[in-house]
Amino acid sequence: MSETTEDQNVRVAAICDQMAALEGPLLPILHEVQEEFGYIPDGALQTIAKKLNLSRAEVHGVASFYHDFREEKAGKHVIKICRAEACQAMGADALGDQIRRHLKVDWSQTTADHKITLEPVFCLGLCACAPAAMIDGKVVGRVSADRILEKVGS
Amino acid sequence: MSIKIYVPLDSGSVALGADDVASAISAKAAKTGADIKIVRNGSFGMYWLEPMVEVETPRGRVAYGPVSTDDIDALFDADFLTGGAHKLFLGRTQEIPFLKSQSRLTFQRCGIIDPVSLDDYRANEGLSGLENALKMTDEEIVKAVTDSGLRGRGGAGFPTGIKWNTVREADGDQKYIVCNADEGDSGTFADRMIMEGEPFVLIEGMIIAGLATGATKGYVYTRSEYPTAIDVMNEAIEVARAAGVLGDNILGSGKAFDMEVRMGAGAYVCGEETSLLNSMEGKRGVVRAKPPLPALEGFLGRPTVVNNVISLCSVPVILEKGPEYYRDYGMGRSRGTIPIQIAGNVKHGGLYEVGFGLTLGEIVEQIGGGTASGRPVKAVQVGGPLGAYFPKELFDTPFDYEEFMKRDGLIGHAGVVVFDDTVDMMKQARFAMEFCAIESCGKCTPCRIGSVRGTEVVDKLERGEEPELQIELLRDLCETMKFGSLCALGGFTPYPVLSALTHFPDDFKPRALDIAAE
Repeated sequence: MSETTEDQNVRVAAICDQMAALEGPLLPILHEVQEEFGYIPDGALQTIAKKLNLSRAEVHGVASFYHDFREEKAGKHVIKICRAEACQAMGADALGDQIRRHLKVDWSQTTADHKITLEPVFCLGLCACAPAAMIDGKVVGRVSADRILEKVGS
Repeated sequence: MSIKIYVPLDSGSVALGADDVASAISAKAAKTGADIKIVRNGSFGMYWLEPMVEVETPRGRVAYGPVSTDDIDALFDADFLTGGAHKLFLGRTQEIPFLKSQSRLTFQRCGIIDPVSLDDYRANEGLSGLENALKMTDEEIVKAVTDSGLRGRGGAGFPTGIKWNTVREADGDQKYIVCNADEGDSGTFADRMIMEGEPFVLIEGMIIAGLATGATKGYVYTRSEYPTAIDVMNEAIEVARAAGVLGDNILGSGKAFDMEVRMGAGAYVCGEETSLLNSMEGKRGVVRAKPPLPALEGFLGRPTVVNNVISLCSVPVILEKGPEYYRDYGMGRSRGTIPIQIAGNVKHGGLYEVGFGLTLGEIVEQIGGGTASGRPVKAVQVGGPLGAYFPKELFDTPFDYEEFMKRDGLIGHAGVVVFDDTVDMMKQARFAMEFCAIESCGKCTPCRIGSVRGTEVVDKLERGEEPELQIELLRDLCETMKFGSLCALGGFTPYPVLSALTHFPDDFKPRALDIAAE
């Protein structure tokens, strides 16, 4: 999946050019690349490095530091369940266990059919409506395992 | 004239179904031919009543909540468009006791106005602080903020005016105002709420900070977990730019300030100001050693104010009404108001802005109404994942920076997370270490290695391996982390761990029976 086509390079380079005038452009570029491809393709690192006059290692170092940036595409649906304290106080641990058992995946894994990726998140700022989750970018509060699974059709 | 209906766009309300409620009201109105206009406002922060729908009536705004899509037909039947009686009727919004008993200075317009309407903002005294600031010298602005007693609301509690003065006096062709909106502490959502509900107050606060220090460029660094806050902020910035509030000629004064939003990428440690600056520069979010202070060498090595959202949002009211007005709220050295966020297992969860000085017990039992589960409260964590767990015995602690420190705790960003008696404090202590291990930037050893060792020690304790030795080790490890870490992540992780150990020793007894049972 991660082979770099000429086309991919052109798109990454265009993103770099578009963001070049920003002060500290690397994070915005990485976000935009991930938005475009769904992950940070391996080949993109070299293109970005060249454009920003950095080494590939430096770009890799940054991309791998942050939890958001993926090395491979996520499943069709992404479930993020908050594992932080306010949600723990309302049963988030049990909720996470139920979902993991049902999907047969652990945290930060994708189901075998590549349909669902399960990720932990530490706080969505929905601490007064716990437990909370984000499903395909949409927030849900006071959520149950059934409702999460229903939303992703599982 | 159409009837105005308010349905919050706030993420918390949306998470509880506000979008669906808004669509259902629109659809029903279209069917019945009712002439309505739906305004998506911010939340007042009463999350047990969300989605809370308000209707503008001749006797003021009245509220209904919590509303679900199933209630819409009945609400129309009950004539809610004229404030008719219904089981979800809450009366006039401003008379709801939870709201009425607050002192809303920073959040004064949050929930009331259309977040991206500058006209609404101005009609409610918005921009008066900025207008006053434009008539003052930089020194006078700094003095007003210093005299107000405002301290950093991100957690450190450093006097805002003093920080501003350092930047004001620093040499530099380009200075920056960086708003730390990387609100990662569990139990906190004040930054999110105000960015979603009243973005102009943050813009106004940042412009004033710019005028005071000579900075002409501002950044709001916020979290990727806050997409709505990012959208609302961006829209408000566009509106402010188009109206000449931001740009080369602020309100016709000839002075310049512009700003933009930057999105983090899921790293808790970037809430620490130096790693935030590294992240903005496009580096790994690794902590920098201080000195140099960011005030002197901050973003791109230039003088930079790094302030929390709530600190900056408290500035406009200080400039509008004067430092004394703000300083008159609060107690001791904690002046002004604090938006307390009550969360977790609590009946009335939400945001409560009030002068410093309420006791923890008043906050949890009276305002919060006790637990949501109805079981007894066992522990309350104050100040996020790096804050201490308080037992009921310490409920007389007043909400104040110094008073919390005296009890080996911190108020942090003023998040209060309530746990009932089913919580296992050894598990919470282990989680504190685990969280530190996950989020450590890796720069310093006590945090990077100490947190991993910490989880291992708690695991051994749980298995009953030489428990007394493990407890001694855990305390020793906490000492090392507290005094040997570069930043608050490693340095404050001992707070939840040691407070759990000290106040709930029974939970740290070996689990031999459980293991045998498995």
